[in-house]
Amino acid sequence: MTVRKNNRMLNIVLTVFIALAALMFILPTVLTIANSFMTSNEISANYGAMFGNMNGDEKTFISKDVNLKFIPDKVTIDQYRSVLIRNSDYLMKFWNSVLLTVPITLIQLALAVVTSYGFSRYPGKIKSIIFFAYIILMLMPYQVTLVPNYLVADKFGMLETSEHLIFKGAAKPLNVFCMMWARRAVILPSIFSPFSIFLLTKVMRRVPVSYVEAAKLDGAGEFKILTKIYLPMCKSALVSIGMLVFIDYWNMVEQPLILMKNTTMHPLSVFLSQINTGDVGLAFAVGVVYMIPTILMFLYGEDYLVEGIAYSGGIKG
Amino acid sequence: MKKSRNQCGRRREKWFSNACIIPSLIGVLVFFVIPFGIVVYYSTINNPIVKEYVGLDNYKAIMKNDAFISASKNTAMFSLIAVPLATILSLGLAVLLEKNIPGKSIFRTFFLSPLMVPTASVVLVWQVLFHKHGTVNQVIEMFGGNGIDWLKSSKGQVVIILMFLWKNLGYNMILFMSALCSIPKDIMEVADLEGAGSVYKFFHIKLRYLSPTILFVFILSLINSFKIFREVYLLTGNYPYDKLYMLQHFMNNTFQSLDYQKLSAAAVLFSLVMIVVIAVLLIAESIFGKDVEN
Repeated sequence: MTVRKNNRMLNIVLTVFIALAALMFILPTVLTIANSFMTSNEISANYGAMFGNMNGDEKTFISKDVNLKFIPDKVTIDQYRSVLIRNSDYLMKFWNSVLLTVPITLIQLALAVVTSYGFSRYPGKIKSIIFFAYIILMLMPYQVTLVPNYLVADKFGMLETSEHLIFKGAAKPLNVFCMMWARRAVILPSIFSPFSIFLLTKVMRRVPVSYVEAAKLDGAGEFKILTKIYLPMCKSALVSIGMLVFIDYWNMVEQPLILMKNTTMHPLSVFLSQINTGDVGLAFAVGVVYMIPTILMFLYGEDYLVEGIAYSGGIKG
Repeated sequence: MKKSRNQCGRRREKWFSNACIIPSLIGVLVFFVIPFGIVVYYSTINNPIVKEYVGLDNYKAIMKNDAFISASKNTAMFSLIAVPLATILSLGLAVLLEKNIPGKSIFRTFFLSPLMVPTASVVLVWQVLFHKHGTVNQVIEMFGGNGIDWLKSSKGQVVIILMFLWKNLGYNMILFMSALCSIPKDIMEVADLEGAGSVYKFFHIKLRYLSPTILFVFILSLINSFKIFREVYLLTGNYPYDKLYMLQHFMNNTFQSLDYQKLSAAAVLFSLVMIVVIAVLLIAESIFGKDVEN
């Protein structure tokens, strides 16, 4: 009896502990969202001291303390109106992020489908050596891989590019490709990052051989086996890997800093750190706008994400 | 006759699967492997114009470079503290969430959410929390302590360790949770029948089965710990306080001065260290996890 009672007490204590820890984990996000609905006056009254100090000119009319506020005094969408309508700077940077992240994610995934298929069919000694080399490459930090990337970008003149929009009239949407081309110093090496190949190969190796044999008996060629058996069976894995890749590049800071001399093409993730005193009021709203795509993905595909992370466990296997 | 045609088809299929790897292989060679060979070459010459072979001089020079030494020290310090912490804490969380507690899935969502929030979005909140006159210091002063200017003191590492844990614990926790699920049920049942306590079960059975995952989480956290530059850069910019000057800062600033020799030697040195560390971890795991592998 007492044992059971003890157990129950323990469970309650544990639950409270975990609940508190979990709250700490969403706190920064919730605070950012809450603060984005403040008026700019309120923000500079509460946080002005921070930015005054940063520039070295302490303003006397602002309170010395930095007061973290949970709930705005007056809820307003003014910040958002400024970010989205009045000041196009942030939208431009947001668009920069899209122009980098979307092509990288899509092409990296497409390449991963083909390559992983190659790795998982007819395994041999050479293939497993190459695969191991990919794993080593995957484990190398940016501090190592960015130097070779830089050399290539420098050699082929990709470091200092600008957008040449050559399409006019009805063909104007095609200019998107020109914009991506201008960003090739970051996009090209990222496409060949082995992370998604590593995950997808592990998933594809689990496709039962009997399915493939059956398809072959029915006269399916290799290409059909890839598109009709492997692809449908890896659909959820593809979604989850896509999410992991997207958030990784949505968050990128190192690559643009080194590989893009033209700062007008820098993504919002880099630009947010350079927000200046005059725009403090907007910073929270910009932050929220920037997290919308990934948060939506998370809400929609949390289970996929969890599945994808579980796939990634273990270097061998 | 029929057999030979089959073999012919098989060969063609094999050829197709080999060809599938080639586009990616070319990309990897062009953007990583070949230029890395050039990086190794650059690390042994005196400058890109004269191209005189100087042996290990560049390595010797960089070992004496103050900026490189302090950047390596800070990065190593950070990784040595943050990586084990991240591994142990996320294992703890996974074990706790395995218990029968209400609201498990909501907690999982909460712990995982920082993964999906761009660091840049929330960096302002972290700045507010750890500012000289910020929230954390206000709480400390409330209890009679003295506040410190976190980001401009030797305690800056505490802040980035917290940020690192905040961002990475969820991912690691999921890895451990799925590994815990895959421990064979019958073994746990036998242990129960034999009267094994939960502490015994954890250390003698679960930990054994978890050892490949522990290794993986450790390596993953190590790799992620080198990405902490993002957080430091967003918090403090290109030239942070001494203790926050990371290896990536050193690389960035060396890129700006276009000192290829320094850069190459640093990259090669770092990659060697990484390969040794990973090899040691893999060997350790294969010794430790031998008897549970099937």
